[in-house]
Amino acid sequence: MLTVSGVHFSYNSHPALTDIHFSLEPGRILGILGVNGAGKSTLLKCLNRILRPQLGAVLLEKSNILEMNQRDVARRMGYVPQRHTDTRLTVYEAVLLGRRPHMGWTVRPKDYQVVETLLAEMALTHLSHRPVCDLSGGEVQQVMIARALAQSPRVLLLDEPTSNLDIKHQLEVMKTIRRVVREQRLSAIVSIHDLNLAVRFADAFLFIKDHCVHALHTKDTLDAGVISNVYGVEVSLVKAGDHLLVAPH
Amino acid sequence: MENVLNNIVMSYREQVHHRMLVLAAIAGLTLIVGIYAITQGTYNLSPFQAIRALFGIAGERADVVIWNIRLPRIIASLVVGWGLSVSGLGIQSMLRNPLGSPSTLGISQGAAFGAAAAIVFAGAGIVSITFFAFMGAMGATMIILLLAHLKRLSPEAIILSGVALSALFGSATILIQYMATDIQLASVVFWTFGDTARSSWREIILLTIVVILTSIFFMMQRWDMNALDSGEDVARGLGVNVERLRLQGMAAAALIAALATAFHGVIAFVGLIAPHMARRIVGVDHSLLIPFSSVLGALLLLSADTAGRVLVGSGALPVGVLTSFLGGPMFLYLLVRGYR
Repeated sequence: MLTVSGVHFSYNSHPALTDIHFSLEPGRILGILGVNGAGKSTLLKCLNRILRPQLGAVLLEKSNILEMNQRDVARRMGYVPQRHTDTRLTVYEAVLLGRRPHMGWTVRPKDYQVVETLLAEMALTHLSHRPVCDLSGGEVQQVMIARALAQSPRVLLLDEPTSNLDIKHQLEVMKTIRRVVREQRLSAIVSIHDLNLAVRFADAFLFIKDHCVHALHTKDTLDAGVISNVYGVEVSLVKAGDHLLVAPH
Repeated sequence: MENVLNNIVMSYREQVHHRMLVLAAIAGLTLIVGIYAITQGTYNLSPFQAIRALFGIAGERADVVIWNIRLPRIIASLVVGWGLSVSGLGIQSMLRNPLGSPSTLGISQGAAFGAAAAIVFAGAGIVSITFFAFMGAMGATMIILLLAHLKRLSPEAIILSGVALSALFGSATILIQYMATDIQLASVVFWTFGDTARSSWREIILLTIVVILTSIFFMMQRWDMNALDSGEDVARGLGVNVERLRLQGMAAAALIAALATAFHGVIAFVGLIAPHMARRIVGVDHSLLIPFSSVLGALLLLSADTAGRVLVGSGALPVGVLTSFLGGPMFLYLLVRGYR
């Protein structure tokens, strides 16, 4: 169980987040929604202490993430940033890098084993020795998720994992996330712009507006009003087969 | 098709093993160049005599030539090449800037300025020269770090700051030369071109210890350096304390550059070229990149020094001149190619 309470963060006295609170159970995906600049990326970075919130607590089970050292945080929280730097590390090396929080002086056989299992599971083995910067956008995203999973985390933080991908790869990436979250009973927090993807894959939705939590909904309680309110665009929720669709007017 | 591919692709660990053999081959080549270098000079020796002299059993004259003249120069070339290369690699990683090296960022020039200031104002003792050289190098490093951190300068802009710093330290060194006596002047001018033939065993041993310790330090940070290579946020997300890593790494790199410069003057571009050669061979994983850069840097500087001795004959050509001739075009090539 991940419980976030009273998280407050400001950049040089400009408040970016105030009193953020929510909780998330294992095996579930929380979508963070809000307009550009609402503070979605900032929130993710506050959760694993890339940024240090001035106030608040992030409790994983009973321990406060914000009071741990950075290595201990990295053992519990895998992070996939929004923009990837072009690295010439090979796919294998990039995923092995995810073992860094668990490594001592040497790489242990277990580290290799974790990496090789992950590469096989995510169908990346054939790309093992290719530099990451030579891959396609969808492949890079899979590698980044594999690296975050190599951290053996309890919580997965993903910042816009589907931006810059075509619809096929968007679906593949979201399905991968859903599969590992269910199988390994992780808690995943995903900031996402595409409302239809969010509605389809997330179990709960945290709407951020004006640096605060505007609303927290589950799939059942979600309504068109809150989306219209947060984005300032009139929308309807339409049922299409088994899925909900968000249709702007 | 995929299965065939899987069989062709070597496993990661096999690949590492394979590369270790390549590393051993380069080290072997370095040894051969070293033995060749021992035989070359005004006093002729056969390779067999040279090896006997290494053990002090080739006759008094040969032993003295080897142990007092050639071997110090050869060992100094190896250690300085290794050190500058590790220093350059460290700087490139810490600043995430492929054009970084002690000489392109003005760190070596800062050290040379410190050495010159020590000679003229504090007496030319080895301790004071080393100390002042280190302060000069650290001064340049701090300025670079501040600019990189506060202004978030692009790699090109950082190099331009390095050019500005080099020019600044260069003119400050000239100013000191203007105030120096004739003897001091000769001593200061010595520092403006790099030479591996001027140090004694004591200095070589000190530099060797520092280079070994610094290399161990960088090896311990090899995964953190890989993480930083993938971006600052990625590194933090993997538990790396980026600010501390950067400060320690730059200080370690500057320490090597300072000592190497204090003992041997400004030897440009080795720290830039060797890491790039290593990347061509092993990619960007620092677990391999650090040892490969070390060995290639040693090989490169020894080869340049030996070539200078053999080609010019008198043995007086400072190796710094040759590395600049090699490094200048290489630097331009990296710029044109987009240094990827």
